[in-house]
Order: sequence, then C-alpha cells, then structure tokens
Amino acid sequence: MENENPHVMPEIDRSKGMEIGLYSLGEHMPNPHTGERIPASLRLKEIVEAAKMAEDAGLDVFQVGESHQEHFVSQAHLILLSSIAQATDRIKISSGSTIISTSDPVRVFEDASTIDLLSGGRMEVVAGRASRVGLYELLGYSLNDYEALFEEKFELLLQINENERVDWQGEFRAPLNNAQVIPRPENEDAGLPIWRAVGGSLSSAQKAGRIGVPMYQAHLGGPAEAFKSRIDLYRETAFENGFNPDELPVATAGFMYIRENMMDAYKEYYPHINEGMKLSNGQGFPKQAFAQGQDVKSVINVGSPEHIVEKMLYQHEMFNHDRYIGQIDFGGVSLDNIKRTIDLLGEKVVPEVKKHTKRTKGE
Amino acid sequence: MNILVLSGSNAGNKTRIATTLLKEKLETQYSTESIEYINLQDVTLPFSDGRNYMDYGGDATEVLTKVMAADVLFIGSPIFQASMPASLKNVFDLLPRNALEGKTVSMLITAGSDKHFLIPEYNYKPVLSYLKANIVPRYVFMLDTNFHDGALQGDDVHLRLDRLIDDTMVLARTYEEIRVKADAQFGF
Repeated sequence: MENENPHVMPEIDRSKGMEIGLYSLGEHMPNPHTGERIPASLRLKEIVEAAKMAEDAGLDVFQVGESHQEHFVSQAHLILLSSIAQATDRIKISSGSTIISTSDPVRVFEDASTIDLLSGGRMEVVAGRASRVGLYELLGYSLNDYEALFEEKFELLLQINENERVDWQGEFRAPLNNAQVIPRPENEDAGLPIWRAVGGSLSSAQKAGRIGVPMYQAHLGGPAEAFKSRIDLYRETAFENGFNPDELPVATAGFMYIRENMMDAYKEYYPHINEGMKLSNGQGFPKQAFAQGQDVKSVINVGSPEHIVEKMLYQHEMFNHDRYIGQIDFGGVSLDNIKRTIDLLGEKVVPEVKKHTKRTKGE
Repeated sequence: MNILVLSGSNAGNKTRIATTLLKEKLETQYSTESIEYINLQDVTLPFSDGRNYMDYGGDATEVLTKVMAADVLFIGSPIFQASMPASLKNVFDLLPRNALEGKTVSMLITAGSDKHFLIPEYNYKPVLSYLKANIVPRYVFMLDTNFHDGALQGDDVHLRLDRLIDDTMVLARTYEEIRVKADAQFGF
C-alpha cells in the first residue's frame, strides 16, 4: 500500500556513492588562536571562496544557514547563496537551514527558485526552526507559536513548491486565493527539493516521516548510535504512512576538520569549537566530549583522512544516509585552514568513502 | 576564581541575612577572588519558556550569565512546602542543560522547622546533579531561632558557615587541579 509521494526529491545518484559536502552557518567570530576577527565583508567573501574551493575539490554540495543573532553574518543567507551560485558552476547549493517559521514561504520560494534558475537548477532548501530565538522578536513573532509557526509555514512552502497556483488559509499569514507563485524551477516537477531539518527532537523526525519529506539530521557530538534511533524512527514512520523509505533521502550534518596528523586536527579545531560555542550558545564544548571524536563511534568527524574515512563508513553503515555535510569553518577558522581541510577531504576522503558507499538499484 | 553567592528567595529576610554574612566572610577570607552577590529579591525574572538564556534579555540574561561565569556557587535558600522555593527552581529552569558542569556548588538553607533538614538532600541535590554540579556534600542548615534582631546569632552557626566556605573552596581548587590534569591528558 504505497502512497504516491507528492514531494520533490533531490536527485542523488547512489551508484556514485554517498554525497559529501560542506555547510557554514556564517558565524562572524574572532579566531581564538589570534584573537582577531576579520571584517564582515571579508567573512562573506570567504564563504563564497570556500564554496568555490569545495566545487574545485569535487564536493557535491555547499550549504549556508540563516542566523540573526550577534556573532553571525548570515542573516540574508539566500542573498549569500545567490552570490555562491554566481561564483560556481557545478556544485549543488542549498540553504541549511532556512528558518521558515519566521519567513514568508512565498518569498522564500520566490528567492530560492530565482537562485535555482540562475544556477542552472542547482538549488535546494532545508527548512528549520532555529535553536536561538532572537529572530522571533526581531521579526515580530511570538515564541509561544514556535511549533505552530514552523508546521504551518513548512506545509505552505511545500504546497507552493508542488503547485504553481495555491489556495491556502492559515493562522500566521494572509490567505492565498488561486495565487500564482513564480518563477518556477525548470525541472520536471517545476519545484525545488525541500528537506526538513531535524535537531534533537524525536517528534520532529517522526513528523518528517509522516509526510514523507527528505530529512536532514544535525549532530554535534555523541555516539553515532544515538542518531540512528531518530533516522530509524523517520523511516519507520514513513513506511507506516505508506511511503517507501528507500526512496526518502536522509542527510546528516556535523563538525568536520581534517589534518594529516590526527592530533593537529584536535589542537587546531577545539579552540574554535569551544570559544565559538560560548559566543553562539553561551556554553563551551566539553573537552572530554570533543576528545571522544578520536573514537570511530563518535559522530565528530575530526582527525586524519584515514580516521575520517573509517568514521564516515561506520556512520554510513549505521545510517545508510545519502549525504553528509561537514562544518569545517566554525568559530573563526582562517581561509587557509578551511582550504587545508577541503584539500584533504577532496583528495583522500571523498574518493574512498564514495568507493565504498556505491549502491546499485535494488541493493 | 569567580565566586557567586545567590540568595534564592523572593520573600523574607533570613536567607538574605545569611547570604550577606557569607558574602562578607568571603570578602575577608578570599579578597583576591572575584565575588558577586545576587539576591532574587532585587531582580525580575520571567518564567522559563525553554529558550537559550542569552535570548531573554534584561535581568534574566544578566543573572544567568553570572551563574554561567561562576566557578563557585553558594546557593542560599529557604524551604517552602517541603521543597525549594519556586523562585530558585525557576533559575534552574532558565539555565541550559549541564549548566553547572565543572562548578562547585554548596548550599546554606534556612527553615522554620527542623523537619525540613533532609529536604536539600532529597529535593535540591538531584536537581544540582542533573545540572552536573560538583556538590559540596555538607550544607549549613539554619533555623529561625538562629536569627535575632536581623542577624545570625550563636557561635555554632558562624563556625558552620566558616566550615562551609573552607569545604567549598578546598573542593573548588581540588576540582580545578583535577580538571587541569585531565585536560592535559587529552593532548590537545
């Protein structure tokens, strides 16, 4: 009893192995090794530069998330993605995440669809709810509606994505009466791949499964096994609701930093994570938890190329996911150091991981 | 070290009197450390709605930032209805998970009845443990008969407060030494 899945799926060719990419949340923080913070203009340009490097290294996707709080420059993340679209030719581009709760889904679709047309059909959207909530007040929403805002606006975004003309009525936006939302992406579905971002909440994974949309699972730390339960729940729920889980993409996202020598990676990246988390969340990252990244079972992908290959394959065995994106620039990492990770990722990690994660149809 | 004395009641005088005395003792004995004092009677805090503590603004963010910055936390509290007062529980609710990790936390409790002596043991310590505090095992328990004319009376309670300070500071320094050693082992 299979449902026709109405949603637009990302095109992921599993016969080439899992997709590997990068994401940035666009923090604008001092480099803890030097104490210096580059100007916002330079940080923005460096994010575009990192996307070009990712493309040159043969990575599959580059994503930028939205944040409105102090220490970030990614408020207008779709404008930044538009600039990345212009600077690149092949790599997929995506938001990661767009905070749909406090945005107008019509405008988000118009902007993302425009980027899709400008980039030759490379655009995707990941919709999330935000962990810091200053933007609710900034944009005139009540935090009491945190859940309801997301569900209503996400549902509307999907409806717009799947229908050029929309009749819609809800609580948080003026009704749409046979409204035409354009421009449309020039693909078979005339729509964009749209994912649901899931953090620590099991019920959010369940909701993604219930309506059969692709899921992005973020993970900061802890054992890979802990995230498997959410992904399993997503697939089980999708199956119970008549969708074929094999056709539902799953992506994961977390910290990544690669150096030839394992300990160099830890020495370099830990101060960025610890000091950056203090600024972004008001709480550092415990050294003990970060050090556990040296164990293959932890989801923190920091270490030597061989170690990262082993970890990513372990995670793939556990999650059977379609895409992984790494956050390699958190907390003021210099462009030179971003480049070092991208080079090692492209040369030594991606070929190995892809080789071992190829899947032929029916497998 | 950052030391914070938090008076956790929004009513009455005894907790304020006891925590003020404790703060004065600390200022005399540990004059080189940074010592902050917060009385919940002097601030207006909203109830927790689950957001990050930096997103409340106003008194809430100011108070919670000081709690997060503390290495040592002395919590003064009365007992209401055989449990901690809502004002203090709300501070715990407003904090993020694992907020007290690496912090040494001790308690000085005022109560109207010695029937409440084990309430800190059964009601406060589990919450502090959940927040990952290093809890000082002994606490100071004061009855209202220990107070007279707006001051703490009797040698016994003064000596117990002195010992609470000693115990807390010795433990805080020891935990810090342990942390430094443990961190060094990670090799990064």
